[in-house]
Amino acid sequence: MRETRSAVHVSFDGVEYEGYAGESVLQCARRNGVTVPSLCFLEGLSVWGGCRICVVEIAEDHRLRPACATQIAADMEVKVETPRLRAYRKAILELLFAEGNHVCAVCVSNGKCELQDMAVLCGMDHVRYDYQSPLREIDASHPKYVFDPNRCILCTRCVRVCDEIEGAHVWDIGFRGEEAHLVTEMNKPWGESLSCTWCGKCVAVCPTGSLAYEGRAIGEMEHDPAMIQRLAVARNRGEWLYPGEEQ
Amino acid sequence: MKQARIATAWLGGCSGCHMSFLDMDEWLFELAEVADIVYSPIADVKEFPSDVDATLIEGAVTNEDNLELAREIRGKSRLVLSFGDCAVTGNVTAMRNPLGDPLQILQSVYVDAPDRDGQIPDAPGIVPALLPEVLPLHKVIRVDAFIPGCPPPADRIRAALEALLEGVLPPNRGEAIRFG
Repeated sequence: MRETRSAVHVSFDGVEYEGYAGESVLQCARRNGVTVPSLCFLEGLSVWGGCRICVVEIAEDHRLRPACATQIAADMEVKVETPRLRAYRKAILELLFAEGNHVCAVCVSNGKCELQDMAVLCGMDHVRYDYQSPLREIDASHPKYVFDPNRCILCTRCVRVCDEIEGAHVWDIGFRGEEAHLVTEMNKPWGESLSCTWCGKCVAVCPTGSLAYEGRAIGEMEHDPAMIQRLAVARNRGEWLYPGEEQ
Repeated sequence: MKQARIATAWLGGCSGCHMSFLDMDEWLFELAEVADIVYSPIADVKEFPSDVDATLIEGAVTNEDNLELAREIRGKSRLVLSFGDCAVTGNVTAMRNPLGDPLQILQSVYVDAPDRDGQIPDAPGIVPALLPEVLPLHKVIRVDAFIPGCPPPADRIRAALEALLEGVLPPNRGEAIRFG
Protein backbone atom coordinates (compact mmCIF):
# COMPACT_ATOMS: atom_id res chain seq x y z
CA MET A 1 0.00 0.00 0.00
CA ARG A 2 1.29 3.44 -0.87
CA GLU A 3 2.15 5.75 1.96
CA THR A 4 -0.25 8.69 2.05
CA ARG A 5 1.02 11.99 3.38
CA SER A 6 -1.21 14.92 4.08
CA ALA A 7 -0.25 17.84 1.90
CA VAL A 8 -0.33 21.45 3.07
CA HIS A 9 0.13 24.77 1.30
CA VAL A 10 3.36 26.63 2.00
CA SER A 11 5.12 29.47 0.25
CA PHE A 12 8.79 30.29 -0.23
CA ASP A 13 9.50 33.96 -1.02
CA GLY A 14 5.88 34.38 -2.13
CA VAL A 15 5.75 31.36 -4.46
CA GLU A 16 3.26 28.61 -3.54
CA TYR A 17 4.44 25.04 -3.04
CA GLU A 18 3.12 21.82 -1.57
CA GLY A 19 4.55 20.70 1.77
CA TYR A 20 4.05 17.49 3.71
CA ALA A 21 3.27 17.39 7.41
CA GLY A 22 6.30 16.15 9.30
CA GLU A 23 8.98 17.34 6.92
CA SER A 24 11.30 20.20 7.76
CA VAL A 25 11.28 23.57 6.04
CA LEU A 26 14.69 22.70 4.54
CA GLN A 27 13.57 19.32 3.19
CA CYS A 28 10.42 20.86 1.75
CA ALA A 29 12.42 23.63 0.07
CA ARG A 30 14.95 21.19 -1.42
CA ARG A 31 12.23 18.83 -2.66
CA ASN A 32 10.63 21.79 -4.44
CA GLY A 33 13.91 22.99 -5.92
CA VAL A 34 14.19 26.08 -3.68
CA THR A 35 17.79 26.83 -2.69
CA VAL A 36 18.35 27.27 1.04
CA PRO A 37 22.05 27.52 1.96
CA SER A 38 23.12 25.08 4.70
CA LEU A 39 26.30 23.53 6.10
CA CYS A 40 25.82 21.20 9.07
CA PHE A 41 22.65 19.54 7.76
CA LEU A 42 23.09 16.25 5.94
CA GLU A 43 20.22 14.10 4.68
CA GLY A 44 20.43 10.72 6.39
CA LEU A 45 21.79 12.06 9.70
CA SER A 46 20.01 13.54 12.71
CA VAL A 47 19.36 17.28 12.72
CA TRP A 48 21.95 19.36 14.57
CA GLY A 49 20.88 22.93 13.79
CA GLY A 50 24.26 24.26 14.83
CA CYS A 51 25.68 26.21 11.90
CA ARG A 52 22.74 28.60 11.54
CA ILE A 53 23.43 29.13 7.83
CA CYS A 54 19.95 27.85 6.92
CA VAL A 55 18.06 30.45 8.96
CA VAL A 56 14.81 31.64 7.37
CA GLU A 57 12.10 34.12 8.27
CA ILE A 58 8.59 32.90 8.89
CA ALA A 59 5.73 35.38 8.60
CA GLU A 60 4.59 36.97 11.85
CA ASP A 61 7.43 35.36 13.77
CA HIS A 62 10.12 37.88 14.70
CA ARG A 63 12.69 35.18 15.42
CA LEU A 64 14.84 33.62 12.72
CA ARG A 65 14.34 29.87 12.45
CA PRO A 66 16.82 27.23 11.30
CA ALA A 67 15.10 25.65 8.28
CA CYS A 68 16.60 22.24 9.09
CA ALA A 69 15.05 22.12 12.57
CA THR A 70 11.68 23.76 11.85
CA GLN A 71 8.69 21.69 10.80
CA ILE A 72 6.44 22.67 7.97
CA ALA A 73 2.98 23.84 8.99
CA ALA A 74 -0.12 24.60 6.94
CA ASP A 75 -0.07 27.98 5.16
CA MET A 76 3.43 28.74 6.35
CA GLU A 77 4.95 31.76 4.61
CA VAL A 78 8.71 31.27 4.50
CA LYS A 79 11.19 33.91 3.40
CA VAL A 80 14.60 32.63 2.28
CA GLU A 81 16.13 35.65 0.56
CA THR A 82 15.82 38.90 2.50
CA PRO A 83 18.49 41.56 3.18
CA ARG A 84 18.48 40.60 6.87
CA LEU A 85 19.00 36.88 6.17
CA ARG A 86 21.69 37.58 3.60
CA ALA A 87 23.52 39.77 6.13
CA TYR A 88 23.32 37.13 8.87
CA ARG A 89 24.46 34.28 6.63
CA LYS A 90 27.41 36.31 5.42
CA ALA A 91 28.36 37.26 8.97
CA ILE A 92 28.20 33.62 10.11
CA LEU A 93 30.46 32.58 7.24
CA GLU A 94 32.92 35.37 8.01
CA LEU A 95 33.04 34.20 11.63
CA LEU A 96 33.71 30.62 10.51
CA PHE A 97 36.55 31.77 8.24
CA ALA A 98 37.97 34.03 10.97
CA GLU A 99 37.84 31.34 13.66
CA GLY A 100 40.00 28.62 12.07
CA ASN A 101 42.84 28.68 9.55
CA HIS A 102 41.06 28.26 6.22
CA VAL A 103 43.71 28.70 3.55
CA CYS A 104 41.92 27.58 0.38
CA ALA A 105 45.05 27.85 -1.77
CA VAL A 106 46.84 25.05 0.10
CA CYS A 107 43.83 22.91 1.06
CA VAL A 108 43.21 19.33 -0.09
CA SER A 109 39.57 20.27 -0.74
CA ASN A 110 40.24 23.43 -2.76
CA GLY A 111 37.57 23.62 -5.46
CA LYS A 112 35.48 20.83 -3.85
CA CYS A 113 34.69 22.40 -0.49
CA GLU A 114 31.22 23.13 0.85
CA LEU A 115 32.49 26.03 2.96
CA GLN A 116 34.17 27.60 -0.08
CA ASP A 117 30.99 27.04 -2.14
CA MET A 118 28.89 28.57 0.63
CA ALA A 119 31.05 31.73 0.59
CA VAL A 120 30.35 32.04 -3.15
CA LEU A 121 26.62 31.37 -2.70
CA CYS A 122 26.25 33.85 0.16
CA GLY A 123 28.34 36.60 -1.42
CA MET A 124 31.28 36.66 1.02
CA ASP A 125 34.13 38.43 -0.77
CA HIS A 126 36.20 39.24 2.34
CA VAL A 127 36.16 38.79 6.11
CA ARG A 128 35.51 41.89 8.21
CA TYR A 129 36.44 40.26 11.53
CA ASP A 130 39.96 39.77 12.88
CA TYR A 131 41.43 36.38 12.03
CA GLN A 132 42.02 34.42 15.23
CA SER A 133 44.92 32.40 13.74
CA PRO A 134 44.78 29.63 16.36
CA LEU A 135 47.68 27.19 16.68
CA ARG A 136 46.16 23.75 16.08
CA GLU A 137 48.11 20.54 15.64
CA ILE A 138 47.29 18.20 12.77
CA ASP A 139 46.55 14.57 13.70
CA ALA A 140 48.19 12.39 11.04
CA SER A 141 48.52 9.33 13.29
CA HIS A 142 45.90 7.27 11.44
CA PRO A 143 47.34 5.09 8.66
CA LYS A 144 44.54 5.92 6.20
CA TYR A 145 43.22 9.36 7.12
CA VAL A 146 44.34 12.80 8.29
CA PHE A 147 42.51 15.18 10.61
CA ASP A 148 43.39 18.87 10.26
CA PRO A 149 41.57 20.85 12.98
CA ASN A 150 42.57 24.12 11.28
CA ARG A 151 39.89 23.43 8.67
CA CYS A 152 37.20 22.13 11.06
CA ILE A 153 33.99 24.16 11.45
CA LEU A 154 32.50 21.92 14.19
CA CYS A 155 29.51 20.94 12.05
CA THR A 156 29.50 17.52 13.84
CA ARG A 157 28.62 15.59 10.68
CA CYS A 158 31.49 13.19 11.44
CA VAL A 159 30.37 12.80 15.07
CA ARG A 160 26.82 12.02 13.96
CA VAL A 161 27.68 9.65 11.12
CA CYS A 162 30.10 7.67 13.29
CA ASP A 163 27.52 7.34 16.05
CA GLU A 164 24.31 6.95 14.05
CA ILE A 165 25.34 5.05 10.94
CA GLU A 166 28.57 3.24 11.79
CA GLY A 167 27.66 2.80 15.48
CA ALA A 168 31.24 3.33 16.67
CA HIS A 169 31.07 6.85 18.20
CA VAL A 170 34.80 7.46 17.82
CA TRP A 171 34.32 11.22 17.49
CA ASP A 172 32.95 13.85 19.79
CA ILE A 173 33.42 17.54 20.52
CA GLY A 174 35.65 18.16 23.53
CA PHE A 175 36.36 21.33 25.52
CA ARG A 176 34.44 24.61 25.42
CA GLY A 177 34.23 27.97 23.67
CA GLU A 178 37.16 28.75 21.41
CA GLU A 179 38.94 25.66 22.79
CA ALA A 180 36.20 23.36 21.46
CA HIS A 181 37.55 20.82 19.02
CA LEU A 182 36.93 17.39 17.62
CA VAL A 183 38.35 14.59 19.80
CA THR A 184 38.96 10.90 19.16
CA GLU A 185 37.58 8.78 21.99
CA MET A 186 38.84 10.38 25.24
CA ASN A 187 41.09 12.85 23.36
CA LYS A 188 43.80 10.50 22.13
CA PRO A 189 45.55 10.33 18.72
CA TRP A 190 43.24 8.93 16.03
CA GLY A 191 45.78 6.24 15.13
CA GLU A 192 45.58 4.83 18.67
CA SER A 193 41.79 4.55 18.62
CA LEU A 194 40.52 1.00 19.23
CA SER A 195 36.91 1.85 18.37
CA CYS A 196 37.63 3.29 14.87
CA THR A 197 36.65 0.73 12.24
CA TRP A 198 38.51 2.57 9.43
CA CYS A 199 35.17 2.77 7.55
CA GLY A 200 35.82 6.34 6.32
CA LYS A 201 32.26 7.62 6.69
CA CYS A 202 33.50 10.63 8.69
CA VAL A 203 35.84 11.48 5.82
CA ALA A 204 33.03 11.05 3.28
CA VAL A 205 30.76 13.57 5.01
CA CYS A 206 33.28 16.28 5.98
CA PRO A 207 32.21 19.53 4.27
CA THR A 208 35.75 20.97 4.28
CA GLY A 209 39.29 19.59 3.98
CA SER A 210 39.43 18.83 7.71
CA LEU A 211 39.06 15.06 7.30
CA ALA A 212 40.84 13.69 4.26
CA TYR A 213 42.54 10.64 2.85
CA GLU A 214 46.22 10.36 3.73
CA GLY A 215 48.54 11.53 0.97
CA ARG A 216 46.15 13.84 -0.90
CA ALA A 217 47.70 17.03 -2.29
CA ILE A 218 46.05 20.42 -2.90
CA GLY A 219 42.60 20.09 -4.46
CA GLU A 220 42.83 16.28 -4.67
CA MET A 221 40.29 15.42 -1.97
CA GLU A 222 36.74 14.61 -2.98
CA HIS A 223 34.17 13.91 -0.31
CA ASP A 224 30.99 11.88 -0.85
CA PRO A 225 28.31 13.08 1.58
CA ALA A 226 25.52 11.62 -0.60
CA MET A 227 26.87 8.16 0.28
CA ILE A 228 25.35 8.53 3.74
CA GLN A 229 21.93 9.25 2.31
CA ARG A 230 22.19 6.08 0.18
CA LEU A 231 23.13 4.08 3.28
CA ALA A 232 20.35 5.58 5.39
CA VAL A 233 17.71 4.95 2.72
CA ALA A 234 18.88 1.37 2.18
CA ARG A 235 18.87 0.72 5.92
CA ASN A 236 15.35 2.10 6.34
CA ARG A 237 14.16 -0.15 3.54
CA GLY A 238 15.92 -3.15 5.11
CA GLU A 239 17.79 -3.86 1.87
CA TRP A 240 20.47 -5.90 3.65
CA LEU A 241 18.09 -8.25 5.44
CA TYR A 242 17.59 -11.88 4.40
CA PRO A 243 14.09 -12.66 3.15
CA GLY A 244 11.81 -13.04 6.15
CA GLU A 245 14.33 -11.51 8.59
CA GLU A 246 12.99 -8.83 10.93
CA GLN A 247 14.65 -5.42 11.18
CA MET B 1 39.49 60.68 -24.49
CA LYS B 2 41.59 60.89 -21.36
CA GLN B 3 43.50 57.69 -20.58
CA ALA B 4 42.56 55.98 -17.30
CA ARG B 5 45.45 55.84 -14.83
CA ILE B 6 45.75 52.27 -13.50
CA ALA B 7 48.43 50.97 -11.12
CA THR B 8 49.29 47.57 -9.68
CA ALA B 9 51.46 46.90 -6.64
CA TRP B 10 53.08 43.89 -5.02
CA LEU B 11 53.22 43.50 -1.22
CA GLY B 12 53.65 40.19 0.64
CA GLY B 13 52.73 37.73 -2.10
CA CYS B 14 54.33 35.38 -4.60
CA SER B 15 53.66 37.58 -7.70
CA GLY B 16 51.30 34.86 -8.98
CA CYS B 17 48.53 37.45 -9.27
CA HIS B 18 50.76 39.50 -11.57
CA MET B 19 51.53 36.36 -13.60
CA SER B 20 47.77 35.94 -13.96
CA PHE B 21 47.54 39.63 -14.97
CA LEU B 22 49.99 38.87 -17.80
CA ASP B 23 47.81 35.88 -18.70
CA MET B 24 45.27 38.35 -20.07
CA ASP B 25 47.49 38.06 -23.16
CA GLU B 26 46.39 40.11 -26.18
CA TRP B 27 43.73 41.93 -24.19
CA LEU B 28 46.66 43.81 -22.62
CA PHE B 29 47.02 45.64 -25.96
CA GLU B 30 43.37 46.73 -25.76
CA LEU B 31 43.95 47.79 -22.17
CA ALA B 32 46.97 49.85 -23.21
CA GLU B 33 44.77 51.76 -25.68
CA VAL B 34 42.42 53.03 -22.98
CA ALA B 35 44.61 53.05 -19.86
CA ASP B 36 48.13 53.91 -18.76
CA ILE B 37 49.79 51.52 -16.32
CA VAL B 38 51.43 54.25 -14.28
CA TYR B 39 53.01 52.03 -11.61
CA SER B 40 53.58 48.26 -11.44
CA PRO B 41 56.25 45.68 -10.61
CA ILE B 42 56.18 44.91 -14.35
CA ALA B 43 56.80 48.60 -15.28
CA ASP B 44 60.01 50.39 -14.33
CA VAL B 45 58.60 53.20 -12.19
CA LYS B 46 60.41 54.03 -8.93
CA GLU B 47 57.94 56.36 -7.18
CA PHE B 48 54.24 55.77 -6.77
CA PRO B 49 52.61 58.58 -8.81
CA SER B 50 49.78 60.88 -7.75
CA ASP B 51 46.28 61.05 -9.18
CA VAL B 52 45.81 57.33 -9.90
CA ASP B 53 42.30 56.19 -10.81
CA ALA B 54 42.53 52.64 -9.49
CA THR B 55 45.27 50.49 -7.93
CA LEU B 56 45.23 46.71 -7.74
CA ILE B 57 47.29 45.56 -4.75
CA GLU B 58 48.61 42.01 -4.64
CA GLY B 59 49.87 40.48 -1.38
CA ALA B 60 49.26 40.75 2.33
CA VAL B 61 50.76 43.36 4.64
CA THR B 62 53.65 41.49 6.23
CA ASN B 63 56.46 44.04 6.80
CA GLU B 64 57.03 47.76 7.37
CA ASP B 65 57.64 48.50 3.68
CA ASN B 66 54.28 46.91 2.77
CA LEU B 67 52.54 49.05 5.36
CA GLU B 68 54.19 52.27 4.15
CA LEU B 69 53.47 51.55 0.46
CA ALA B 70 49.85 50.58 1.19
CA ARG B 71 49.27 53.91 2.97
CA GLU B 72 50.98 55.88 0.21
CA ILE B 73 48.85 54.12 -2.44
CA ARG B 74 45.65 54.86 -0.52
CA GLY B 75 46.54 58.54 -0.39
CA LYS B 76 47.20 58.71 -4.11
CA SER B 77 44.49 56.45 -5.56
CA ARG B 78 40.80 57.10 -6.01
CA LEU B 79 40.03 53.35 -5.81
CA VAL B 80 42.04 50.59 -4.14
CA LEU B 81 41.33 46.94 -4.88
CA SER B 82 42.56 43.90 -2.96
CA PHE B 83 44.00 41.79 -5.74
CA GLY B 84 44.12 38.06 -4.94
CA ASP B 85 43.72 35.96 -1.81
CA CYS B 86 46.81 37.24 0.05
CA ALA B 87 45.57 40.82 -0.09
CA VAL B 88 41.99 39.74 0.67
CA THR B 89 42.58 37.19 3.46
CA GLY B 90 46.31 37.03 4.26
CA ASN B 91 46.31 33.54 2.69
CA VAL B 92 49.66 31.70 2.51
CA THR B 93 51.57 34.79 3.66
CA ALA B 94 49.55 34.79 6.90
CA MET B 95 50.27 31.14 7.67
CA ARG B 96 53.02 32.35 10.00
CA ASN B 97 50.45 34.05 12.24
CA PRO B 98 49.57 31.01 14.41
CA LEU B 99 53.29 30.60 15.19
CA GLY B 100 53.45 34.00 16.89
CA ASP B 101 56.61 36.09 17.36
CA PRO B 102 58.27 36.72 13.95
CA LEU B 103 61.73 36.79 15.57
CA GLN B 104 61.26 33.22 16.75
CA ILE B 105 60.26 32.24 13.20
CA LEU B 106 63.34 33.96 11.71
CA GLN B 107 65.46 32.18 14.33
CA SER B 108 64.14 28.73 13.37
CA VAL B 109 64.34 29.40 9.62
CA TYR B 110 67.70 31.19 9.37
CA VAL B 111 69.65 30.00 12.43
CA ASP B 112 68.34 26.70 13.76
CA ALA B 113 67.45 24.97 10.48
CA PRO B 114 70.47 25.59 8.19
CA ASP B 115 73.55 23.39 8.51
CA ARG B 116 76.03 26.28 8.97
CA ASP B 117 76.54 30.03 9.08
CA GLY B 118 72.97 30.79 9.96
CA GLN B 119 72.16 34.39 10.81
CA ILE B 120 69.02 36.48 10.94
CA PRO B 121 69.00 39.01 8.06
CA ASP B 122 69.70 42.38 9.63
CA ALA B 123 70.16 45.37 7.34
CA PRO B 124 68.18 48.37 8.57
CA GLY B 125 66.86 50.47 5.69
CA ILE B 126 67.35 47.59 3.24
CA VAL B 127 65.61 44.54 4.67
CA PRO B 128 62.28 45.73 6.15
CA ALA B 129 61.28 44.48 9.59
CA LEU B 130 58.43 41.98 9.78
CA LEU B 131 55.21 43.13 11.43
CA PRO B 132 54.09 41.12 14.50
CA GLU B 133 51.17 39.78 12.48
CA VAL B 134 50.43 39.45 8.75
CA LEU B 135 47.28 41.43 7.93
CA PRO B 136 44.83 41.50 5.02
CA LEU B 137 44.99 44.82 3.17
CA HIS B 138 41.59 46.05 4.40
CA LYS B 139 42.86 45.86 8.00
CA VAL B 140 45.37 48.66 7.34
CA ILE B 141 43.75 50.84 4.67
CA ARG B 142 40.26 51.36 3.26
CA VAL B 143 39.63 48.98 0.36
CA ASP B 144 36.92 49.63 -2.24
CA ALA B 145 36.59 46.19 -3.82
CA PHE B 146 37.94 42.65 -3.62
CA ILE B 147 39.17 40.29 -6.34
CA PRO B 148 39.69 36.92 -4.60
CA GLY B 149 41.51 33.95 -6.12
CA CYS B 150 44.90 32.31 -5.76
CA PRO B 151 45.62 33.63 -8.26
CA PRO B 152 42.48 35.30 -9.63
CA PRO B 153 41.98 33.79 -13.11
CA ALA B 154 42.85 36.15 -16.00
CA ASP B 155 39.20 36.50 -17.08
CA ARG B 156 38.26 37.56 -13.55
CA ILE B 157 40.94 40.28 -13.60
CA ARG B 158 39.78 41.37 -17.03
CA ALA B 159 36.14 41.57 -15.86
CA ALA B 160 37.29 43.70 -12.90
CA LEU B 161 39.29 46.06 -15.13
CA GLU B 162 36.48 46.33 -17.68
CA ALA B 163 34.10 47.31 -14.88
CA LEU B 164 36.57 49.92 -13.58
CA LEU B 165 37.00 51.38 -17.07
CA GLU B 166 33.22 51.72 -17.28
CA GLY B 167 33.29 53.57 -13.97
CA VAL B 168 31.70 50.86 -11.81
CA LEU B 169 33.08 48.49 -9.17
CA PRO B 170 33.99 44.92 -10.24
CA PRO B 171 31.39 42.13 -9.98
CA ASN B 172 31.16 40.80 -6.41
CA ARG B 173 28.69 37.96 -6.88
CA GLY B 174 28.91 34.33 -7.93
CA GLU B 175 32.13 32.78 -9.22
CA ALA B 176 33.80 36.20 -9.34
CA ILE B 177 34.42 35.93 -5.59
CA ARG B 178 35.63 32.32 -5.26
CA PHE B 179 38.65 31.94 -2.99
CA GLY B 180 41.52 29.55 -3.73
